[in-house]
Amino acid sequence: MKGIIRNQKVRNFHQAKWDEPIIFELHQEGERGVIPPHAEQDITESVGDGVSVLPEALQRKADPKLPEISQNRVLRHYLRLSQETLGAAFNVEIGQGTCTMKYSPKINEVYAASPKVTALHPKQDDATVQGMLEVIHNLDLYMREISGMDYFSFQPGSGTQSLFAMASIVRAYHEANGEADQRDEIITTIFSHPSQAATAAVKGYKIITLYPDEDGFPDIDKLKAAVSERTAGFVVANPEDTGIYNAKIKEFTKIVHDAGGICYYDQANANGLLGITRAKEAGFDMCFFNLHKTFSTPHACGGPAAGALGVTDQLKPFLPGPIVEKDGDTYTLNDDLEHSIGKVRSYHGVPQNILRAYAWIRALGAKGLKQVAETAVLNNNYLYHEILKIKGAGAPYIKGKRLEQVRYSWEKLYQDTGVTTEDISRRMADFGHQYWTSHHPFVVPQPFTLEPTESYSKTDLDEYIASLTHIANEAYTDPEKVKSAPYNSSIHAVVDQSPFEDPNKWAVTWRAYLKKTKASN
Amino acid sequence: MTNSKVDSAHPYIPNTVPEVRDAMLKQIGAESVEELFSAIPDELIYKKEMAIPEALAEFDLSKHLERTLNKNTSTKDVISFLGGGCWEHFVPAVCDEVNSRAEFLTAYAGDEYEDHGRFQVLFEYQSLVAELVDMDVVNVPTFDWAQAAATSIRMASRITGRKEALVPKTISPDRLKIIKNYCSPDIQLTFVDYDEATGKMDLADLQRKLSADVAAVYFENPSYLGFIETACKEINELAKQHAAITIVGVDPSSLGIMEPPSRYGADIVCGELQPLGIHMNYGGGLSGFIATRDEVKFVEEFPSRLFGVAPTSVEGEYGFGDVLYERTSMAQREKGKESVGTQTSMWAITAGVYLALMGPNGMKELGTTIMQKSQYAVQQLDKIEGITASHFKGINFKEFVVDFNGTGKTVKEVNEKLREKGIFGGIDLSEEFPELGQAALYCVTEVHSKADIDQLVEALQSL
Repeated sequence: MKGIIRNQKVRNFHQAKWDEPIIFELHQEGERGVIPPHAEQDITESVGDGVSVLPEALQRKADPKLPEISQNRVLRHYLRLSQETLGAAFNVEIGQGTCTMKYSPKINEVYAASPKVTALHPKQDDATVQGMLEVIHNLDLYMREISGMDYFSFQPGSGTQSLFAMASIVRAYHEANGEADQRDEIITTIFSHPSQAATAAVKGYKIITLYPDEDGFPDIDKLKAAVSERTAGFVVANPEDTGIYNAKIKEFTKIVHDAGGICYYDQANANGLLGITRAKEAGFDMCFFNLHKTFSTPHACGGPAAGALGVTDQLKPFLPGPIVEKDGDTYTLNDDLEHSIGKVRSYHGVPQNILRAYAWIRALGAKGLKQVAETAVLNNNYLYHEILKIKGAGAPYIKGKRLEQVRYSWEKLYQDTGVTTEDISRRMADFGHQYWTSHHPFVVPQPFTLEPTESYSKTDLDEYIASLTHIANEAYTDPEKVKSAPYNSSIHAVVDQSPFEDPNKWAVTWRAYLKKTKASN
Repeated sequence: MTNSKVDSAHPYIPNTVPEVRDAMLKQIGAESVEELFSAIPDELIYKKEMAIPEALAEFDLSKHLERTLNKNTSTKDVISFLGGGCWEHFVPAVCDEVNSRAEFLTAYAGDEYEDHGRFQVLFEYQSLVAELVDMDVVNVPTFDWAQAAATSIRMASRITGRKEALVPKTISPDRLKIIKNYCSPDIQLTFVDYDEATGKMDLADLQRKLSADVAAVYFENPSYLGFIETACKEINELAKQHAAITIVGVDPSSLGIMEPPSRYGADIVCGELQPLGIHMNYGGGLSGFIATRDEVKFVEEFPSRLFGVAPTSVEGEYGFGDVLYERTSMAQREKGKESVGTQTSMWAITAGVYLALMGPNGMKELGTTIMQKSQYAVQQLDKIEGITASHFKGINFKEFVVDFNGTGKTVKEVNEKLREKGIFGGIDLSEEFPELGQAALYCVTEVHSKADIDQLVEALQSL
């Protein structure tokens, strides 16, 4: 037999395309997907039908118009749609920059699915959840090492909720000092996550946004001009989405402290910093980590996630409760925090993710955690080095090394060819890749943000680079090919955006779709 | 036992192979890994080794996790009557199969062209919950019922331009803490009193507290304390007389048999998805939805993502995308509506699977079974001397307050005794609602058998 030649530089990919109907179209009257438990005969004899005791006005008159579908068909529908979803387990997942898409180890899933986790009720007596409380407490101890903070709460269900909790603590702190009315401004930066500004605004703060200087650093002179007796807090990521580390961070936190503000550190993504540098030494009063980013818990299509919120001793009384404490060999829940903001998420946050993050840290140890940071940064600088060789690609701001990610720009490619970063995004789907532009507003023109983490090999990175190179070449030789993408995805391009903007067309549910398209069908 | 190989290559980190690492460093013109961190000032470099235990290889890790988790007693090991916002329900196997698929489990925020399946299942989830609540707009869910209620109140405040919301005094104290923190400092929450005999809202007090400053009247059906609020129409009418918005929080497991709040005038309906095929997870299974009518004034106030359907360039294909993306904080930072980010999409997918499996008949049977079994439990417990079940005179769904004041024992003492007999008694209300004295919130769902309930009764009789 002649050898099979496999010398293509880019992957000959095609995503699953099942052309699956909307689930309501699978309805067949009388079919059943599952039968829930029923009451025993004795119970029915004792209490009757159970429902006619409801006042007539509250008894449901018309059944919900849910579809009736056999179990096998429901399963097949969802499995087919799962195949049309490019999870991180399936691709060289470096395209969703800022999201820290890394390998989520399977062993952690085994234990997250244990009934010793899934079947725990959050109001069980502390004595019956000692294993879970031990995990929470130990993860707290590890997080203290990683950050230098004095105490952690794992109640926030995401990075955004962590930021909201921190903004709440800032307010509660100034209230306790009688300065809440006076201190009504929070300072952030444009290259930080939008939720920093948004959550502070929910807490009633006016937002001051710092823009970068010509090298990409948040402008220290602008910070000096912004702080005053009205400053409540300063929130920032470092590095920001650009991957540029702000070496003056300690000066920044000092300027804010001197003005009487609280400094809180967005470490949603701390993947390049584990064992390298910490929040405490940089002068922060609080920080948070996303367990679904740096600490490997799966992103789950967008949650449930988890935030680890760390504070200095001074701010511990403000944490949401309860917190886990150790007394001898016993773990207890303490809800007696003097200035507690109350709660941000019900019960204890997302404990199955606390367990997963704990397991991930135990699989790595202190040395392994540092290897994560070193490798993530090495991978990023390798990718950066190679992407700058691609025609039309660039990375604004300071030259030299970046940490765990880079915000790149196709501005030159766009000027030369008219192909946009959104066009490239759709075309990358044809090669089995995720690709993300950036948060809005696009301060960097035609942006894209890549973050390779520690999970990918040199070969993996080379594949991603080859795909980008291939598409950039296409843009210069056959721009229409890129603009009309995708070709190998589960669907083709949605060209008309009006169904997402026009109240007469938008349909957030199938029933709304049926109503609004009735005339045309 | 530690993994002696960790120093060379770790199974999770391919580029810890020394030769590869060296080649990459060479390629980028760096002498060492340390050089990559040269932007960080020396005074900020952490020079110690973190006090974190040495790495465990997979087998050792699994033994460790198993040993640790075995210290927990789960509700599968006992008979549990705990509810109050997180409940033990039947979870169909297909729900777990779908939400543990690596395709969904490890996906995140990709666009429609990489993640078409994710967009479709979330659109379908919105559509399925819409049928249950009989409304045309449902969001990609938020963290939990409490957050959904808090956001509903903020939406109502923006729509009306008013800064006060009325909430029932019987609300879950934990839920209230979340709503309070989320609404402060600009929205004031005011309690509406309840009728001591029935637990229901005191309509005279509601009338007193309604004014032109009130953005919303929020109430729950069933309530935290299990009773069904029957004056729904009257509450809504009073709210409307003052041009306030009616928000109703629901437990969706009741909606196969109970009228959805939209039928008695609710403008915004919110609630908890956890009963719909999601394990409790020590509270990590919670997920909150919000539903409204399809009117611009509501849609444009959602902070959440709302996935809509649209044609693609090829006839016959369903495409999906974000409806009114410009509303969101992702588009507008602090000028967007509240904030949006990672919330609980996997539980939305799971709730969708559950509703597709259950269909209208399954949901009706579920509601019926819960009503029957909880009524049976009330009937039997009420026969025990010194115990009154239920404390509130009226109709309950799933939960009810058991009054232990006549037993001379505290709920704490009762629950300790029950635990010795392999039973988790109801939530102790003596601190949450001191006016009830020694009372506990018991939860009975479709998973409880007659034998489970009889065992509880027997155990309480023997105390």
